[in-house]
Amino acid sequence: AIFASVERVNAELFTLTYGAIVRQLLTDLEEVEEVNKQLDQMGYNIGIRMIDEFLAKSNVSRCVDFKETAEVIAKVGFKMFLGVSASVTNWDSEGTCCSIVLEDNPLVDFVELPDTCQGLYYCNILSGVIRGALEMVSMKTEVTWLRDMLRGDDANELQVKLIKQVPEEYPYKDDE
Amino acid sequence: MGREVSESCVDSLLTEMVSSYCNSFYANKPDLAARRIEAIGYQVGHQLSERYTMDRPRFGDHLEAIKFICKDFWSELFKKQIDNLKTNHRGTFVLQDNRFRWLTRMSVEPTPESPDASDDPESKASQATSMHLYFPCGIIRGALSNLGIPCAVSADISNLPACSFVVRIKV
Repeated sequence: AIFASVERVNAELFTLTYGAIVRQLLTDLEEVEEVNKQLDQMGYNIGIRMIDEFLAKSNVSRCVDFKETAEVIAKVGFKMFLGVSASVTNWDSEGTCCSIVLEDNPLVDFVELPDTCQGLYYCNILSGVIRGALEMVSMKTEVTWLRDMLRGDDANELQVKLIKQVPEEYPYKDDE
Repeated sequence: MGREVSESCVDSLLTEMVSSYCNSFYANKPDLAARRIEAIGYQVGHQLSERYTMDRPRFGDHLEAIKFICKDFWSELFKKQIDNLKTNHRGTFVLQDNRFRWLTRMSVEPTPESPDASDDPESKASQATSMHLYFPCGIIRGALSNLGIPCAVSADISNLPACSFVVRIKV
């Protein structure tokens, strides 16, 4: 239902555009490591803006803890933007680290990585988006890839680790 | 119905792509940035037209191919057709979209060329708009090139939110 509430476009355009960008970055930046960094940075910039649209349109109420936040990202966030939903697993005992598993991912449709791209995290933009979006709601996280379908794994698995929760600062101060 | 993603995914990806090339990699070389952005579009257009023409017979002439771009191809991307097609019958075609989707979210007016353009924020804005247009120009050029038609494509936004793409076929 959430996906029906947003304007949608042809996914091929998105998938092929992303692919063409990665390809151009590989040519221009040469080092795979630099491309990973650039994709993460682009994702971060997107995430810090996308969170506004998400909060405005998703009607989710405030999450009580990081566990709920992760569920919302997987079930509502991915659905709203990419039209697919993900699942959350592998929680640690403190409830500050989990995995988001994506079995269906429009970014990798029609993609096959040549051997020359070893070390490339093709979908690194996604980890950036999550990190950026969470930072805007006061959660500093570290997001890393554990499994990658383009590297032969059976799913895409992103580990999201909560580093610290910044207490919200209210914009008002007592007048002097 | 094919697979879909939210429009904001495409919008944010394009914004980020243009800003990476214009502000980080080639901050002082706008023409290099433009060439890269056009190349990305070319790649996308080439692949899309390959996919959309798989089950079609070959086009008989240039006009048929251009019409395909105006109708089927444009509809796949923007859910609408090109509104107006003009040609001089000598290899130049003008494809006008009265409300080009990728520009509707930009609030800039094009400025006529002014001599001291570089510091003027308005011309910065119009430069940013034209950077965004290299991508769809590349898409059209890539799509036509996949159909065996080498051409040059430029965009004219003197009538915003309408956008005209000028296709000059190389002979």
